[in-house]
Amino acid sequence: MAATAPAATATAPIVEMENISIEFPGVKALQNVNFRLFPGEVHTLMGENGAGKSTLIKALTGVYKIDSGTITVAGGARRFTGTADAQSAGISTVYQEVNLCDNLTVGENVMLGHEVHGPFGINWRKTHQAAHEALERLGLGDLDPRQPLSTISLALQQLVAISRAMVTDSTVLILDEPTSSLDANEVEGLFTVIRRLRDQGVAILFVSHFLDQVYAISDRLTVLRNGEFVGEHLTRELSRSHLISLMIGKDVDSLNSLGSNRGRTAFAEAAPYYSAKSLGRKGSIEPVDIDVHAGEVVGLAGLLGSGRTELGRLIYGADRADSGEVTIDGAAAQVHSPVAGLARGIAFSTENRRDEGIIGDLTVRENLILAVQARRGWARPLSRREQNEICAKYLVELNVRPADPERAIRNLSGGNQQKVLLGRWLATNPELLILDEPTRGIDVGAKAEIQETIAALAEGGMSVVFISSELEEVVRLSERIIVLKDHRKIGEISNGPSVTADTIVDIIATEGSSE
Amino acid sequence: MSASGTRPSAAVQFVTRLFHQPYVWAIVALLLLLVVNLTKNPAYLGVSVNAATGNLSGNVIDILRASAPIMMIAVGMTLVIATRGIDLSVGSVMAVAGAVSMEFMNTTGTGSFGTAAVAVLLALGISALLGTLNGILVSIVGLQPFITTLVMMLAGRGLAKVITSGQNTSATNEPFRWIANGTVLGFPVVFVIAVLIVAILAVLVRRTALGLMIESIGINPKAARMAGIRPVGILISVYIVSAVLAGVAGIFSTASVMTVEVSKTGMTAEMDAILAVVIGGTSLAGGKFSLTGSVIGALLIATLDKTIVYMSIPSSATPAFKAVVIVIICLLQSPRVRSMFNRRKTRVTSTRKEAVSA
Repeated sequence: MAATAPAATATAPIVEMENISIEFPGVKALQNVNFRLFPGEVHTLMGENGAGKSTLIKALTGVYKIDSGTITVAGGARRFTGTADAQSAGISTVYQEVNLCDNLTVGENVMLGHEVHGPFGINWRKTHQAAHEALERLGLGDLDPRQPLSTISLALQQLVAISRAMVTDSTVLILDEPTSSLDANEVEGLFTVIRRLRDQGVAILFVSHFLDQVYAISDRLTVLRNGEFVGEHLTRELSRSHLISLMIGKDVDSLNSLGSNRGRTAFAEAAPYYSAKSLGRKGSIEPVDIDVHAGEVVGLAGLLGSGRTELGRLIYGADRADSGEVTIDGAAAQVHSPVAGLARGIAFSTENRRDEGIIGDLTVRENLILAVQARRGWARPLSRREQNEICAKYLVELNVRPADPERAIRNLSGGNQQKVLLGRWLATNPELLILDEPTRGIDVGAKAEIQETIAALAEGGMSVVFISSELEEVVRLSERIIVLKDHRKIGEISNGPSVTADTIVDIIATEGSSE
Repeated sequence: MSASGTRPSAAVQFVTRLFHQPYVWAIVALLLLLVVNLTKNPAYLGVSVNAATGNLSGNVIDILRASAPIMMIAVGMTLVIATRGIDLSVGSVMAVAGAVSMEFMNTTGTGSFGTAAVAVLLALGISALLGTLNGILVSIVGLQPFITTLVMMLAGRGLAKVITSGQNTSATNEPFRWIANGTVLGFPVVFVIAVLIVAILAVLVRRTALGLMIESIGINPKAARMAGIRPVGILISVYIVSAVLAGVAGIFSTASVMTVEVSKTGMTAEMDAILAVVIGGTSLAGGKFSLTGSVIGALLIATLDKTIVYMSIPSSATPAFKAVVIVIICLLQSPRVRSMFNRRKTRVTSTRKEAVSA
């Protein structure tokens, strides 16, 4: 059902960004990125986490200052000072989290800042009427503008946010992951609105991680990787597998040649250490079967939003599963909380280092011992000597720099924070270690160190569930790989010499098109 | 003062370490207040010993006595605030504790030690009950601490009035009165008890892992949960501790006059406690806390109260004067003002760079 791309190339682009570079302290967020957007098209920005999609949007709307490059809007060179400035030039943005006021009515939200004024202040009747007209333009005429926003569904709120953006007669509409919390029907409703706007000549910049949606709605794609421009393609001319390999990097093959010498051990005969049958949670992941043997690394592969993190959280008990039977070491077990997970010898290293991992104001030492201490309970504190032993062991073993246990952890670099967190979980001597993106956002050296550590731990008999968006990393480390897509398990493969990142890409791509 | 030793290097070290403490400005303000008093009366700090009883007396002793109840609620409040909460009900709990003990002693009528002991236990028991209720509402039900304890603040005041049938109740009981007016080794009993309780509490939170867990919950509740810390038990405990200490404060403040004034006892005490905590350098945003800082804060507030009286500032201007002093201290402590001070010290260029990268 490929959308028919209008003959956009014939007209001039409404937005053109050339050689955009932005540098944050220590990070090149964007390097010479090009992007153009034509009226009457849906143009998707693709890329894994940290590829620079949001940065590019913020560069366009002036939230971030660009270090070099030119931005041309409707034929004139522009540098916006912020979203308000961009909006006055006809560029509106709807963010992933709905930025509306729950306690106001639908109409008030749509018209906020653009209320119709009469001689005695705001004329609410006319304001709501204008809101109704704005909603009607999106085909939402049935929605009562006087209804409180909190009474309508999240999907409708998203549409309200769009009509709010369109009140100013924007010519460019930016939708940053608008579908991440919507179900299939709601997405279809959103797409109807998007197509209607496109046909009205609005240029739409769309960001989504769902491949099916991207293929359903977009006319053109720009792919970014690690802040660099990879390419611009017409959606109908780009195959899914080609797109995925563009997103995760052309060096897939070269990395594969390093070879994986794992995947030879026969685990199938032994009873698994951890086994779950139809483990699932409504709205987060559909029931999944998963076995992990002692000494085995099981990789969870899939794109962002595929449910790989959600599955890890269910195993640990960070989220409560609402279906499934879990067996640990041969005995039935219920893991409904992190406390229970820890008690069962499970450890979970989160992908969300800052929000769910580090306790910023505490020292490296306190962060390292926290899980061990939590398991012992408050009344049995680790002596300072025991604490120092843990610090000495893991700071050296994981090569944390600076190896100063009394430094506040927030002053460490991301990679070193990650190592401290890894140390926190290793200090609990887990039987099953779940690592969610342990190598994200850290430099190559630290990455290799962490990968080596994981391999060594598995050799030592630990069961590991390894989650990463870098498929080559998953292939290199795992014995078995569970492939996830759109919140469900779509395949499970035993690793071997013939398995490469492309194998997984194919599974994700082919499974998707069958839908 | 003690910094001016014979070894300058050690003294310098001491001062540098002191200046890294968040409550350093509270100490400075405390000293300044004493200096102000000294200028009015050079003998202000004098402490005389009663030859017959061995009791100490003087303005400083008065300040110590007055600081005891503030110290109690401030220390309890510190733990609550460290978990990102707040306990507005401490003043009312003081009134409830006072009401229960006075009513009990008034009804039984005996002046025996046993009666006093039961009165104390009753007061602390009902305080603990109110604290448990606060804790359950905050941790299990998930209500906001502000609302929960605001409700308890109103309900507690009402409860105190119900207990005494709305009357200001007095009682006679020498052992109970001794708590407020007696002395141990020359020092007021209330102060000695307060110091003991603070010491016990300090050992409890710093020699076990309780302090670490409280701070973890306050800094990053999500991460603390993921690390396997159970927040419910800890939250309930801190609200119980806060309420029981408020009960102790209630006993302290009613025992001195042996009367509970149901609509005055503990009135605005929660404000004094919160101020003491903030002055002591614990952030209202939760996280890292300092019991020492809160004790210093409590001493400062007691000193401030006494100074206002001593300087014969009209009572109508008292709140304004108090507010000015406290605002100045808070300003001096705020990270922004402190960084301004630091910027002046270090070279301008280097700080510019830091500010940009931050």
